[in-house]
Amino acid sequence: MSIATAITHSTQLTKRSVRGRLRQPAALAPAFIFPLFFAALGSASFNRLAQDPYFSENIASSFLNYAVAGAVVQGVLFGATSAAGDLATDIEQGFFERLLASPISRVSIVLGRLAASMVVGVTQVVVFMTLFVLFGARVESGPLGVIGLIVSGALLGLAMAGLMAGIAIKSGSPEVVQGSFPLVFVLLFLSSAFFPRHYMTGWYRTVADWNPMSHIVEGMQGFMNHDLAADQFVKAWLIPLAIAIVGIAFALRSLNKRLAAS
Amino acid sequence: MSTVVEPRRHDANARSIEVVGALVNRTLLRVRRMPSAFIPSLIMPVFQLIAFSGAFGAAVRLLDIDPMNWYMPLNAIQGASFGALGVSFGLLNDMETGFFDRVLMAPMRRSVIVFGSYAAAIARSVVPVTFVILVSFLGGLHTPGGPLAILMVVVASVMVALSACGLALGLTFRMRNMGAATLTQFAIFFGIFLSTSQVPLSEMSGWLRACARINPMTNILRFARQGFLGDITWAQTWGGLVAMAAMFVVSTIFALTGLRRYDR
Repeated sequence: MSIATAITHSTQLTKRSVRGRLRQPAALAPAFIFPLFFAALGSASFNRLAQDPYFSENIASSFLNYAVAGAVVQGVLFGATSAAGDLATDIEQGFFERLLASPISRVSIVLGRLAASMVVGVTQVVVFMTLFVLFGARVESGPLGVIGLIVSGALLGLAMAGLMAGIAIKSGSPEVVQGSFPLVFVLLFLSSAFFPRHYMTGWYRTVADWNPMSHIVEGMQGFMNHDLAADQFVKAWLIPLAIAIVGIAFALRSLNKRLAAS
Repeated sequence: MSTVVEPRRHDANARSIEVVGALVNRTLLRVRRMPSAFIPSLIMPVFQLIAFSGAFGAAVRLLDIDPMNWYMPLNAIQGASFGALGVSFGLLNDMETGFFDRVLMAPMRRSVIVFGSYAAAIARSVVPVTFVILVSFLGGLHTPGGPLAILMVVVASVMVALSACGLALGLTFRMRNMGAATLTQFAIFFGIFLSTSQVPLSEMSGWLRACARINPMTNILRFARQGFLGDITWAQTWGGLVAMAAMFVVSTIFALTGLRRYDR
Protein backbone atom coordinates (compact mmCIF):
# COMPACT_ATOMS: atom_id res chain seq x y z
CA MET A 1 0.00 0.00 0.00
CA SER A 2 1.42 3.40 -1.03
CA ILE A 3 2.19 6.19 1.42
CA ALA A 4 -0.38 8.42 -0.34
CA THR A 5 -3.09 5.82 0.29
CA ALA A 6 -2.06 5.49 3.93
CA ILE A 7 -2.26 9.28 4.30
CA THR A 8 -5.73 9.31 2.71
CA HIS A 9 -6.91 6.58 5.08
CA SER A 10 -5.37 8.34 8.07
CA THR A 11 -7.09 11.59 7.09
CA GLN A 12 -10.47 9.87 6.82
CA LEU A 13 -10.01 8.17 10.19
CA THR A 14 -8.85 11.48 11.72
CA LYS A 15 -12.06 13.12 10.47
CA ARG A 16 -14.13 10.26 11.89
CA SER A 17 -12.36 10.50 15.22
CA VAL A 18 -12.78 14.29 15.48
CA ARG A 19 -16.47 13.97 14.51
CA GLY A 20 -16.88 11.28 17.17
CA ARG A 21 -15.38 13.59 19.79
CA LEU A 22 -17.64 16.47 18.76
CA ARG A 23 -20.68 14.20 19.04
CA GLN A 24 -19.86 13.52 22.69
CA PRO A 25 -19.80 16.99 24.24
CA ALA A 26 -20.25 15.44 27.71
CA ALA A 27 -16.98 13.51 27.27
CA LEU A 28 -15.16 16.49 25.79
CA ALA A 29 -16.41 19.09 28.27
CA PRO A 30 -14.19 18.09 31.25
CA ALA A 31 -11.10 18.65 29.08
CA PHE A 32 -12.18 22.28 28.75
CA ILE A 33 -14.04 23.00 32.00
CA PHE A 34 -11.63 21.64 34.63
CA PRO A 35 -8.42 23.27 33.31
CA LEU A 36 -10.18 26.61 32.98
CA PHE A 37 -11.69 26.24 36.45
CA PHE A 38 -8.36 25.37 38.06
CA ALA A 39 -6.64 28.27 36.30
CA ALA A 40 -9.36 30.68 37.44
CA LEU A 41 -9.21 29.23 40.96
CA GLY A 42 -5.42 29.47 41.10
CA SER A 43 -5.31 33.04 39.85
CA ALA A 44 -7.95 34.15 42.38
CA SER A 45 -6.33 32.21 45.25
CA PHE A 46 -2.62 32.69 44.74
CA ASN A 47 -2.42 36.16 43.23
CA ARG A 48 -0.76 37.45 46.40
CA LEU A 49 2.14 35.14 45.63
CA ALA A 50 2.59 37.02 42.36
CA GLN A 51 3.55 40.08 44.47
CA ASP A 52 6.58 38.19 45.74
CA PRO A 53 9.62 39.84 44.07
CA TYR A 54 11.08 36.50 42.94
CA PHE A 55 7.80 35.50 41.29
CA SER A 56 7.23 38.79 39.46
CA GLU A 57 10.85 39.08 38.28
CA ASN A 58 11.58 35.47 37.30
CA ILE A 59 8.34 33.57 36.84
CA ALA A 60 5.35 35.59 35.64
CA SER A 61 3.73 39.01 35.83
CA SER A 62 0.52 37.57 37.33
CA PHE A 63 -0.70 34.19 38.53
CA LEU A 64 -3.11 34.07 35.59
CA ASN A 65 -0.17 34.34 33.20
CA TYR A 66 1.52 31.56 35.15
CA ALA A 67 -1.57 29.33 35.13
CA VAL A 68 -2.10 29.35 31.35
CA ALA A 69 0.52 26.70 30.57
CA GLY A 70 -0.73 24.38 33.33
CA ALA A 71 -4.28 24.68 32.02
CA VAL A 72 -3.18 23.89 28.46
CA VAL A 73 -1.22 20.82 29.59
CA GLN A 74 -4.06 19.61 31.82
CA GLY A 75 -6.63 20.02 29.03
CA VAL A 76 -4.48 18.23 26.46
CA LEU A 77 -3.84 15.31 28.83
CA PHE A 78 -7.57 14.98 29.63
CA GLY A 79 -8.39 15.06 25.91
CA ALA A 80 -5.73 12.50 24.93
CA THR A 81 -6.89 10.07 27.61
CA SER A 82 -10.47 10.44 26.49
CA ALA A 83 -9.47 9.81 22.84
CA ALA A 84 -7.65 6.62 23.82
CA GLY A 85 -10.79 5.55 25.67
CA ASP A 86 -12.69 5.91 22.38
CA LEU A 87 -10.13 3.68 20.65
CA ALA A 88 -10.55 1.05 23.36
CA THR A 89 -14.33 1.31 22.94
CA ASP A 90 -13.88 0.68 19.18
CA ILE A 91 -11.95 -2.49 20.06
CA GLU A 92 -14.48 -3.60 22.67
CA GLN A 93 -17.48 -3.00 20.40
CA GLY A 94 -15.92 -4.70 17.35
CA PHE A 95 -15.46 -1.67 15.09
CA PHE A 96 -11.69 -2.19 15.25
CA GLU A 97 -12.11 -5.75 13.90
CA ARG A 98 -14.22 -4.41 11.03
CA LEU A 99 -11.45 -1.92 10.20
CA LEU A 100 -8.93 -4.77 10.18
CA ALA A 101 -11.16 -6.75 7.81
CA SER A 102 -11.32 -3.82 5.39
CA PRO A 103 -8.60 -2.99 2.81
CA ILE A 104 -7.14 -0.21 4.90
CA SER A 105 -3.62 0.68 5.97
CA ARG A 106 -3.07 -0.84 9.44
CA VAL A 107 -0.85 2.02 10.55
CA SER A 108 -3.51 4.58 9.62
CA ILE A 109 -5.87 3.04 12.22
CA VAL A 110 -3.51 4.27 14.92
CA LEU A 111 -2.23 7.39 13.16
CA GLY A 112 -5.80 8.59 12.47
CA ARG A 113 -6.53 8.55 16.20
CA LEU A 114 -3.26 10.26 17.08
CA ALA A 115 -3.76 12.98 14.47
CA ALA A 116 -7.25 13.58 15.88
CA SER A 117 -5.71 14.12 19.32
CA MET A 118 -3.37 16.70 17.79
CA VAL A 119 -6.35 18.48 16.22
CA VAL A 120 -8.20 18.50 19.56
CA GLY A 121 -4.99 19.64 21.31
CA VAL A 122 -4.58 22.57 18.91
CA THR A 123 -8.25 23.51 19.34
CA GLN A 124 -7.84 23.45 23.11
CA VAL A 125 -4.78 25.72 23.04
CA VAL A 126 -6.56 28.20 20.75
CA VAL A 127 -9.73 28.23 22.91
CA PHE A 128 -7.75 28.55 26.15
CA MET A 129 -5.48 31.27 24.81
CA THR A 130 -8.44 33.28 23.51
CA LEU A 131 -10.25 33.07 26.86
CA PHE A 132 -7.15 33.81 28.94
CA VAL A 133 -6.24 36.84 26.79
CA LEU A 134 -9.81 38.10 27.18
CA PHE A 135 -9.38 37.81 30.96
CA GLY A 136 -6.12 39.74 30.96
CA ALA A 137 -3.30 37.27 30.19
CA ARG A 138 -0.47 38.46 27.95
CA VAL A 139 1.82 36.44 25.69
CA GLU A 140 5.12 38.22 26.38
CA SER A 141 6.95 36.53 23.49
CA GLY A 142 4.44 37.78 20.91
CA PRO A 143 2.87 35.94 17.94
CA LEU A 144 5.79 33.52 17.66
CA GLY A 145 5.18 32.53 21.27
CA VAL A 146 1.53 31.81 20.44
CA ILE A 147 2.69 29.53 17.61
CA GLY A 148 5.16 27.96 20.05
CA LEU A 149 2.33 27.20 22.47
CA ILE A 150 0.05 25.78 19.76
CA VAL A 151 2.77 23.48 18.40
CA SER A 152 3.66 22.42 21.92
CA GLY A 153 0.00 21.57 22.66
CA ALA A 154 -0.21 19.53 19.45
CA LEU A 155 3.02 17.62 20.22
CA LEU A 156 1.96 16.95 23.80
CA GLY A 157 -1.44 15.72 22.55
CA LEU A 158 0.36 13.41 20.13
CA ALA A 159 2.71 12.15 22.86
CA MET A 160 0.02 11.35 25.42
CA ALA A 161 -2.36 9.96 22.79
CA GLY A 162 0.44 7.64 21.59
CA LEU A 163 1.11 6.28 25.08
CA MET A 164 -2.58 5.97 25.89
CA ALA A 165 -3.37 4.41 22.48
CA GLY A 166 -0.71 1.79 23.23
CA ILE A 167 -2.48 0.98 26.50
CA ALA A 168 -5.88 0.98 24.74
CA ILE A 169 -4.73 -1.42 21.98
CA LYS A 170 -2.88 -3.66 24.42
CA SER A 171 -5.81 -3.97 26.83
CA GLY A 172 -8.80 -3.39 24.51
CA SER A 173 -10.65 -2.09 27.58
CA PRO A 174 -11.95 1.47 28.14
CA GLU A 175 -11.89 0.75 31.90
CA VAL A 176 -8.15 0.08 31.80
CA VAL A 177 -7.56 3.34 29.89
CA GLN A 178 -9.69 5.31 32.35
CA GLY A 179 -7.99 3.45 35.19
CA SER A 180 -4.60 4.67 33.99
CA PHE A 181 -5.76 8.29 34.08
CA PRO A 182 -4.94 8.74 37.79
CA LEU A 183 -1.30 8.13 36.84
CA VAL A 184 -1.50 11.11 34.47
CA PHE A 185 -3.15 13.09 37.24
CA VAL A 186 -0.32 12.21 39.64
CA LEU A 187 2.29 13.15 37.02
CA LEU A 188 0.59 16.52 36.59
CA PHE A 189 0.26 17.31 40.30
CA LEU A 190 3.85 16.30 41.05
CA SER A 191 5.08 18.93 38.60
CA SER A 192 5.12 22.71 38.35
CA ALA A 193 1.85 22.74 36.37
CA PHE A 194 -0.09 24.40 39.20
CA PHE A 195 2.58 26.00 41.33
CA PRO A 196 6.18 27.14 40.73
CA ARG A 197 8.94 24.67 41.65
CA HIS A 198 10.87 27.46 43.32
CA TYR A 199 8.41 27.46 46.23
CA MET A 200 8.28 23.69 46.71
CA THR A 201 10.37 22.02 49.40
CA GLY A 202 11.71 18.58 50.39
CA TRP A 203 11.06 15.38 48.47
CA TYR A 204 8.15 16.97 46.62
CA ARG A 205 10.55 19.47 45.06
CA THR A 206 12.95 16.65 44.10
CA VAL A 207 10.16 14.72 42.36
CA ALA A 208 9.00 17.88 40.56
CA ASP A 209 12.60 18.57 39.47
CA TRP A 210 12.86 15.14 37.83
CA ASN A 211 9.34 15.11 36.39
CA PRO A 212 9.50 15.81 32.61
CA MET A 213 6.07 17.40 32.86
CA SER A 214 7.60 20.25 34.93
CA HIS A 215 10.02 21.06 32.12
CA ILE A 216 7.35 20.89 29.40
CA VAL A 217 5.11 23.23 31.40
CA GLU A 218 8.00 25.60 32.13
CA GLY A 219 8.88 25.72 28.42
CA MET A 220 5.31 26.77 27.69
CA GLN A 221 5.39 29.24 30.57
CA GLY A 222 8.51 30.68 28.96
CA PHE A 223 6.49 31.49 25.82
CA MET A 224 3.86 33.18 28.00
CA ASN A 225 6.09 35.14 30.34
CA HIS A 226 9.47 35.85 28.75
CA ASP A 227 11.06 36.82 25.45
CA LEU A 228 11.67 33.99 23.00
CA ALA A 229 14.63 31.76 23.89
CA ALA A 230 16.03 28.48 22.61
CA ASP A 231 15.45 26.63 25.89
CA GLN A 232 11.69 27.24 25.59
CA PHE A 233 11.62 25.33 22.29
CA VAL A 234 13.79 22.55 23.69
CA LYS A 235 11.50 22.07 26.70
CA ALA A 236 8.11 22.68 25.08
CA TRP A 237 8.78 21.00 21.72
CA LEU A 238 11.59 18.49 21.96
CA ILE A 239 10.57 16.76 25.20
CA PRO A 240 6.97 16.12 23.97
CA LEU A 241 8.41 15.08 20.59
CA ALA A 242 10.69 12.53 22.24
CA ILE A 243 7.76 11.18 24.30
CA ALA A 244 5.64 11.12 21.12
CA ILE A 245 8.22 8.95 19.33
CA VAL A 246 8.24 6.50 22.23
CA GLY A 247 4.43 6.63 22.45
CA ILE A 248 3.86 6.00 18.72
CA ALA A 249 6.37 3.15 18.76
CA PHE A 250 4.55 1.64 21.77
CA ALA A 251 1.16 2.03 20.05
CA LEU A 252 2.37 0.46 16.79
CA ARG A 253 4.06 -2.38 18.66
CA SER A 254 0.81 -3.04 20.56
CA LEU A 255 -1.04 -3.01 17.23
CA ASN A 256 1.37 -5.51 15.69
CA LYS A 257 1.00 -7.81 18.68
CA ARG A 258 -2.79 -7.61 18.48
CA LEU A 259 -2.68 -8.31 14.72
CA ALA A 260 -0.37 -11.27 15.29
CA ALA A 261 -2.69 -12.64 17.94
CA SER A 262 -5.86 -12.26 15.82
CA MET B 1 -55.70 0.84 73.43
CA SER B 2 -52.17 1.66 74.43
CA THR B 3 -51.45 -1.98 75.21
CA VAL B 4 -52.15 -2.76 71.52
CA VAL B 5 -50.46 0.24 69.90
CA GLU B 6 -47.23 0.23 71.93
CA PRO B 7 -46.01 -3.25 70.88
CA ARG B 8 -46.80 -2.41 67.23
CA ARG B 9 -44.83 0.80 67.41
CA HIS B 10 -42.05 -1.10 69.14
CA ASP B 11 -42.12 -3.72 66.39
CA ALA B 12 -41.99 -1.08 63.70
CA ASN B 13 -39.00 0.62 65.31
CA ALA B 14 -37.21 -2.70 65.76
CA ARG B 15 -37.90 -3.58 62.12
CA SER B 16 -36.60 -0.17 60.98
CA ILE B 17 -33.37 -0.71 62.90
CA GLU B 18 -33.07 -4.16 61.33
CA VAL B 19 -33.53 -2.69 57.85
CA VAL B 20 -30.95 0.03 58.53
CA GLY B 21 -28.53 -2.68 59.71
CA ALA B 22 -29.23 -4.77 56.60
CA LEU B 23 -28.59 -1.79 54.30
CA VAL B 24 -25.28 -1.06 56.05
CA ASN B 25 -24.27 -4.73 55.78
CA ARG B 26 -25.19 -4.75 52.11
CA THR B 27 -22.98 -1.71 51.47
CA LEU B 28 -20.05 -3.22 53.35
CA LEU B 29 -20.54 -6.50 51.46
CA ARG B 30 -20.35 -4.57 48.18
CA VAL B 31 -17.10 -2.95 49.35
CA ARG B 32 -15.65 -6.39 50.18
CA ARG B 33 -16.77 -7.86 46.84
CA MET B 34 -15.68 -4.89 44.70
CA PRO B 35 -12.72 -3.30 46.49
CA SER B 36 -11.56 -1.78 43.17
CA ALA B 37 -14.59 0.53 43.28
CA PHE B 38 -13.83 1.64 46.86
CA ILE B 39 -10.04 1.90 46.83
CA PRO B 40 -9.90 5.12 44.69
CA SER B 41 -12.06 6.91 47.27
CA LEU B 42 -9.47 5.84 49.85
CA ILE B 43 -6.34 6.73 47.90
CA MET B 44 -7.36 9.94 46.13
CA PRO B 45 -7.89 12.10 49.26
CA VAL B 46 -4.51 10.96 50.61
CA PHE B 47 -2.82 11.74 47.30
CA GLN B 48 -4.52 15.13 47.19
CA LEU B 49 -3.40 15.82 50.75
CA ILE B 50 0.19 15.15 49.70
CA ALA B 51 -0.18 17.05 46.43
CA PHE B 52 -1.90 20.12 47.91
CA SER B 53 0.41 20.43 50.90
CA GLY B 54 3.44 19.81 48.66
CA ALA B 55 2.47 22.05 45.74
CA PHE B 56 0.38 24.82 47.28
CA GLY B 57 2.03 24.66 50.71
CA ALA B 58 4.09 27.79 50.05
CA ALA B 59 0.94 29.89 49.67
CA VAL B 60 -0.20 29.15 53.24
CA ARG B 61 3.34 28.94 54.65
CA LEU B 62 3.67 32.66 53.80
CA LEU B 63 0.90 33.17 56.38
CA ASP B 64 2.71 31.06 59.00
CA ILE B 65 0.23 28.21 58.58
CA ASP B 66 1.45 24.63 58.44
CA PRO B 67 0.31 23.23 55.04
CA MET B 68 -0.55 19.80 56.49
CA ASN B 69 -2.75 21.43 59.16
CA TRP B 70 -4.45 23.60 56.56
CA TYR B 71 -5.16 20.96 53.92
CA MET B 72 -5.93 17.88 56.05
CA PRO B 73 -9.52 18.90 57.02
CA LEU B 74 -10.25 19.77 53.37
CA ASN B 75 -9.11 16.37 52.13
CA ALA B 76 -10.87 14.51 54.96
CA ILE B 77 -14.16 16.20 54.03
CA GLN B 78 -13.59 15.57 50.33
CA GLY B 79 -12.69 11.91 50.92
CA ALA B 80 -15.75 11.37 53.11
CA SER B 81 -18.07 12.94 50.53
CA PHE B 82 -16.77 10.90 47.62
CA GLY B 83 -16.80 7.77 49.81
CA ALA B 84 -20.46 8.36 50.65
CA LEU B 85 -21.27 8.70 46.95
CA GLY B 86 -20.70 4.96 46.61
CA VAL B 87 -24.09 4.46 48.25
CA SER B 88 -25.81 6.06 45.26
CA PHE B 89 -23.85 3.80 42.85
CA GLY B 90 -25.16 0.83 44.84
CA LEU B 91 -28.70 2.20 44.74
CA LEU B 92 -28.51 2.63 40.98
CA ASN B 93 -27.28 -0.94 40.62
CA ASP B 94 -30.20 -2.12 42.79
CA MET B 95 -32.62 -0.18 40.58
CA GLU B 96 -31.19 -1.74 37.42
CA THR B 97 -31.36 -5.28 38.80
CA GLY B 98 -34.88 -4.82 40.22
CA PHE B 99 -33.74 -5.38 43.80
CA PHE B 100 -34.82 -1.89 44.79
CA ASP B 101 -38.43 -2.56 43.72
CA ARG B 102 -38.42 -5.60 46.02
CA VAL B 103 -37.14 -3.39 48.86
CA LEU B 104 -40.06 -1.01 48.21
CA MET B 105 -42.51 -3.92 48.58
CA ALA B 106 -41.23 -4.62 52.11
CA PRO B 107 -43.57 -3.58 54.96
CA MET B 108 -41.59 -0.64 56.33
CA ARG B 109 -41.51 3.13 56.41
CA ARG B 110 -40.08 4.60 53.19
CA SER B 111 -37.86 7.00 55.14
CA VAL B 112 -35.94 4.00 56.49
CA ILE B 113 -34.47 3.54 52.99
CA VAL B 114 -33.02 7.05 53.11
CA PHE B 115 -31.81 6.81 56.71
CA GLY B 116 -30.44 3.32 56.12
CA SER B 117 -28.50 4.72 53.18
CA TYR B 118 -27.22 7.47 55.48
CA ALA B 119 -25.96 4.85 57.95
CA ALA B 120 -24.22 3.09 55.04
CA ALA B 121 -22.74 6.42 53.94
CA ILE B 122 -21.29 6.94 57.42
CA ALA B 123 -19.73 3.47 57.30
CA ARG B 124 -18.18 4.23 53.89
CA SER B 125 -16.97 7.73 54.74
CA VAL B 126 -15.36 7.04 58.11
CA VAL B 127 -12.71 4.81 56.51
CA PRO B 128 -11.16 7.45 54.17
CA VAL B 129 -11.37 10.08 56.92
CA THR B 130 -9.45 7.82 59.33
CA PHE B 131 -6.90 7.06 56.61
CA VAL B 132 -6.35 10.76 55.83
CA ILE B 133 -5.95 11.62 59.52
CA LEU B 134 -3.43 8.80 60.09
CA VAL B 135 -1.36 9.75 57.04
CA SER B 136 -1.39 13.42 58.00
CA PHE B 137 -0.09 12.58 61.50
CA LEU B 138 2.76 10.73 59.77
CA GLY B 139 3.28 13.87 57.66
CA GLY B 140 3.65 16.11 60.73
CA LEU B 141 0.08 17.14 61.63
CA HIS B 142 -0.23 18.74 65.06
CA THR B 143 -3.29 19.74 67.06
CA PRO B 144 -2.92 23.03 68.95
CA GLY B 145 -6.64 22.80 69.76
CA GLY B 146 -6.20 19.46 71.52
CA PRO B 147 -7.86 16.10 70.79
CA LEU B 148 -11.19 17.86 70.19
CA ALA B 149 -9.72 19.04 66.87
CA ILE B 150 -9.95 15.47 65.56
CA LEU B 151 -13.57 15.22 66.67
CA MET B 152 -14.38 18.47 64.84
CA VAL B 153 -12.92 17.24 61.57
CA VAL B 154 -14.71 13.87 61.87
CA VAL B 155 -18.06 15.59 62.61
CA ALA B 156 -17.62 17.97 59.65
CA SER B 157 -16.62 15.13 57.32
CA VAL B 158 -19.55 12.92 58.30
CA MET B 159 -22.09 15.75 58.08
CA VAL B 160 -20.88 16.84 54.62
CA ALA B 161 -20.84 13.18 53.54
CA LEU B 162 -24.47 12.80 54.69
CA SER B 163 -25.49 15.92 52.78
CA ALA B 164 -23.68 14.61 49.68
CA CYS B 165 -25.43 11.27 50.11
CA GLY B 166 -28.83 12.98 50.44
CA LEU B 167 -28.20 14.97 47.28
CA ALA B 168 -27.01 11.86 45.41
CA LEU B 169 -30.05 9.83 46.55
CA GLY B 170 -32.45 12.62 45.60
CA LEU B 171 -30.92 12.89 42.14
CA THR B 172 -30.73 9.10 41.66
CA PHE B 173 -34.43 8.67 42.57
CA ARG B 174 -35.31 11.36 40.04
CA MET B 175 -32.91 10.60 37.18
CA ARG B 176 -32.41 6.83 37.60
CA ASN B 177 -29.09 6.87 35.74
CA MET B 178 -25.36 7.41 36.28
CA GLY B 179 -25.79 11.11 35.52
CA ALA B 180 -27.02 11.56 39.10
CA ALA B 181 -23.67 10.49 40.56
CA THR B 182 -21.81 12.67 38.05
CA LEU B 183 -23.92 15.70 38.95
CA THR B 184 -23.33 15.07 42.66
CA GLN B 185 -19.59 14.80 42.06
CA PHE B 186 -19.68 18.15 40.27
CA ALA B 187 -21.69 19.71 43.11
CA ILE B 188 -19.23 18.44 45.74
CA PHE B 189 -16.22 19.46 43.68
CA PHE B 190 -17.40 23.00 42.97
CA GLY B 191 -18.94 23.38 46.45
CA ILE B 192 -15.61 22.55 48.08
CA PHE B 193 -13.28 24.41 45.75
CA LEU B 194 -15.37 27.61 45.63
CA SER B 195 -14.70 28.10 49.32
CA THR B 196 -11.60 28.64 51.45
CA SER B 197 -10.25 25.30 50.22
CA GLN B 198 -6.85 26.60 49.07
CA VAL B 199 -6.18 29.80 51.00
CA PRO B 200 -7.89 31.90 53.71
CA LEU B 201 -10.56 34.40 52.68
CA SER B 202 -8.18 37.31 53.29
CA GLU B 203 -5.85 36.04 50.55
CA MET B 204 -8.52 35.66 47.87
CA SER B 205 -9.45 38.22 45.28
CA GLY B 206 -12.36 39.05 42.99
CA TRP B 207 -15.06 36.55 42.10
CA LEU B 208 -13.68 33.72 44.23
CA ARG B 209 -13.75 35.83 47.38
CA ALA B 210 -17.39 36.75 46.65
CA CYS B 211 -18.30 33.07 46.12
CA ALA B 212 -16.40 31.86 49.19
CA ARG B 213 -18.04 34.46 51.44
CA ILE B 214 -21.54 33.09 50.76
CA ASN B 215 -20.57 29.42 50.38
CA PRO B 216 -21.60 27.38 53.46
CA MET B 217 -18.50 25.21 52.94
CA THR B 218 -16.39 28.18 54.12
CA ASN B 219 -18.07 28.01 57.53
CA ILE B 220 -17.75 24.23 57.63
CA LEU B 221 -14.04 24.37 56.78
CA ARG B 222 -13.52 27.04 59.45
CA PHE B 223 -15.29 24.72 61.93
CA ALA B 224 -13.16 21.73 60.89
CA ARG B 225 -9.82 23.58 60.74
CA GLN B 226 -9.97 25.64 63.93
CA GLY B 227 -8.42 23.02 66.21
CA PHE B 228 -5.49 22.63 63.81
CA LEU B 229 -4.80 26.35 63.52
CA GLY B 230 -5.32 27.40 67.13
CA ASP B 231 -7.86 27.16 69.95
CA ILE B 232 -11.40 25.95 69.42
CA THR B 233 -13.84 28.81 69.97
CA TRP B 234 -17.60 29.18 69.81
CA ALA B 235 -17.19 32.06 67.32
CA GLN B 236 -15.62 29.67 64.80
CA THR B 237 -17.99 26.81 65.65
CA TRP B 238 -21.55 28.06 65.41
CA GLY B 239 -21.42 29.09 61.75
CA GLY B 240 -20.25 25.61 60.78
CA LEU B 241 -22.94 23.93 62.87
CA VAL B 242 -25.66 26.05 61.24
CA ALA B 243 -24.28 25.37 57.74
CA MET B 244 -24.03 21.60 58.35
CA ALA B 245 -27.54 21.42 59.84
CA ALA B 246 -29.03 23.43 56.96
CA MET B 247 -27.30 21.31 54.30
CA PHE B 248 -28.37 18.11 56.04
CA VAL B 249 -32.05 19.17 56.33
CA VAL B 250 -32.27 20.41 52.73
CA SER B 251 -30.58 17.34 51.23
CA THR B 252 -32.71 14.97 53.36
CA ILE B 253 -35.92 16.66 52.21
CA PHE B 254 -34.61 16.41 48.63
CA ALA B 255 -33.91 12.67 49.08
CA LEU B 256 -37.29 11.94 50.73
CA THR B 257 -39.29 13.84 48.08
CA GLY B 258 -37.25 12.08 45.38
CA LEU B 259 -38.14 8.70 46.88
CA ARG B 260 -41.82 9.68 47.02
CA ARG B 261 -41.68 10.66 43.35
CA TYR B 262 -39.94 7.37 42.44
CA ASP B 263 -42.61 5.45 44.40
CA ARG B 264 -45.41 7.06 42.39
